[in-house]
Amino acid sequence: MQKLRIIKSRFVPLKIENVDTDQIIPARFLKATTKEGFGKNLFRDWRYENNDESKPKKDFVLNDPAYSGEILVAEKNYGCGSSREHAAWAIKDYGFHAVVSSFFADIFKNNALNNGVLPVQVSESFLQKIFGQGADSELTIDLDKQKIRIDNTGEEESFGISPYKKTCLMNGYDDIDYLISIKKDIEEFETKKQSENSKTYQSA
Amino acid sequence: MNETNKTDSSRAYSSNGSGGGRTLFEKIWDKHIIKKIEGGPSVFYIDKHFIHEVTSPQAFTGLNNRGIRLFRPKQTVATADHNVPTLHQELPIKEELSRLQVEALKKNCAEHGVELYGLGHPFQGIVHVIGPELGITQPGMTIVCGDSHTSTHGAFGAIAFGIGTSEVEMVMATQCILQSKPKLMRIHIDGVLNKGVVSKDIILHIISKISASGATGYFVEYAGSTIRSLSMEARMTICNMSIEMGARGGMIAPDETTFNYIKGRKFAPHGEEWEKKLAYWKTLYSDANAKFDKEININAAEIEPMITYGTNPGMGIPVTGHIPSLSEVDEKEKASFEKSLRYMGLEPGMNIKGKKVDYVFIGSCTNSRIEDLRMVASFVKGKKKAVNVEVWVVPGSRQVEMQAREEGIDKIFEEAGFMLRQSGCSACLGMNEDKIPAGKYCVSTSNRNFEGRQGAGARTLLASPLTAAATAITGVVADVRELLN
Repeated sequence: MQKLRIIKSRFVPLKIENVDTDQIIPARFLKATTKEGFGKNLFRDWRYENNDESKPKKDFVLNDPAYSGEILVAEKNYGCGSSREHAAWAIKDYGFHAVVSSFFADIFKNNALNNGVLPVQVSESFLQKIFGQGADSELTIDLDKQKIRIDNTGEEESFGISPYKKTCLMNGYDDIDYLISIKKDIEEFETKKQSENSKTYQSA
Repeated sequence: MNETNKTDSSRAYSSNGSGGGRTLFEKIWDKHIIKKIEGGPSVFYIDKHFIHEVTSPQAFTGLNNRGIRLFRPKQTVATADHNVPTLHQELPIKEELSRLQVEALKKNCAEHGVELYGLGHPFQGIVHVIGPELGITQPGMTIVCGDSHTSTHGAFGAIAFGIGTSEVEMVMATQCILQSKPKLMRIHIDGVLNKGVVSKDIILHIISKISASGATGYFVEYAGSTIRSLSMEARMTICNMSIEMGARGGMIAPDETTFNYIKGRKFAPHGEEWEKKLAYWKTLYSDANAKFDKEININAAEIEPMITYGTNPGMGIPVTGHIPSLSEVDEKEKASFEKSLRYMGLEPGMNIKGKKVDYVFIGSCTNSRIEDLRMVASFVKGKKKAVNVEVWVVPGSRQVEMQAREEGIDKIFEEAGFMLRQSGCSACLGMNEDKIPAGKYCVSTSNRNFEGRQGAGARTLLASPLTAAATAITGVVADVRELLN
């Protein structure tokens, strides 16, 4: 996984609440067996009229040439609904490295972190301050210091992240490597459980 | 409804030998923690891993790229459900990408020694229907699957929740994932349900009260006399939709209803092993002095048949109610509310009852079990569907379908003009060809009314199997109580 430390970029404002993962990547695009190429279908049905790539919906922010950048900013309860990790893959593949919201759904947050996309949870008032900025405004997200700053105004806010996950992101580690490294502990745990209840972990 | 919040910061560390009572969740959680990472999550052991064709291929590729084998194939069960046709399952899948995905599952399971209940297998079905039906799902277990409705299995007093594909790969590789302990919420539902009100109405009522994000960060235990009176199928419907209020999962303490349901099923323990497990299962309840971070009380008598009008499951009202008018909506939420109603082609303030619909879908991991089909059949027996609606009944599993045929339910549906199809996720998410056309209204027993969920432009109204059946007969959103004797 790519190392993440500082993201300094313009942002794309998505002023919609309860954005569910069916919107981020509709179910009909989940038939792939690889992780690549989902970006072109990110927000597919909000982006195009009748699923037609030659007819972008003008009022949808991804189609507005004024906005671009590596940071997506969305209203509360971002990523609710289906557990599909394809949503995180689509966001990453499109070119976003961070998503900022006042509230994230649990599974999406985990999926994002597992793919090197940083979910930055800010207060509702700070979120509205970001939305109040012009299209040329930049944000700086410093993972090490756990701060997000609106560069124009200098206003900043701290954000939370588990120290473990922070270390993973900053060093490009992944959870699977860690779990494989403690396999001996897992096997010992299984043996102990099995002797406690001889049948518990046998196949159904 | 009333709520109590408890903000005792010591609470998060109160389990594991603090001397206080423990919750059902904590009793199971504590038994499955291998170690806690300093300043991070815990290594959490998984007893059962369900996999399906959509969220597993990239995880298998991950294993293969690392050159490792699936660690505990005997604790892994696979089925094909999301992407399968619900007519002519005996023929090759027409849609190429769907076929390739189902074939990939077959190949991956064969290579890694995983039991697959694929198309044509008598145990095939929706992953959250077959686990319980086969007796694989048991109290005290930890269960995960790359599907958010894994919370269904919590109805048996298990910790069960949905995970992403990276986590699927972790479980495949090590039978563990990294988890932080969630906050705990208990929802009590007490009293007797009104006529025509079933478990789907309970959960739609709860979500409408606490919102689509009201339980985010929590694991929910459902308790109270109403819950105790429910069958396992009805309990599964409630736990299934826990995710729709943001909860990681939902669970219900096992009791005689649970034990009677499991006993004798294909993979249920038997003989001496049954007795041993039963003794353990009986210890799985929240102690009287156990503490929850939040408690909510609901009076069952206040619940009416429910229906949703918007594009998230929190946008629900009693079927006799009206869509909120603009003055009733919080200023901050107005934009989302109006966007949602525009998509649905509905107006603020209007009544929902009497709204003409085009489709009725009875199915999904929420409401496709034999009890759901029996409930619908007993209501529609001798009635005919309205001419303006198309009615699809999609059983949750091959076993449900066979049972329905054995009981003559298929004949009742045929006479009513309902189409009984074959098992799968079907129009719940429209991954296969079962899609609701753009602009059409569908009263659906599934779990999500998101934009485009049942097909691009489709308009979904979530309801119980009874309300769906009443709507199928009248052709408009109906109050089932007016049609019950």
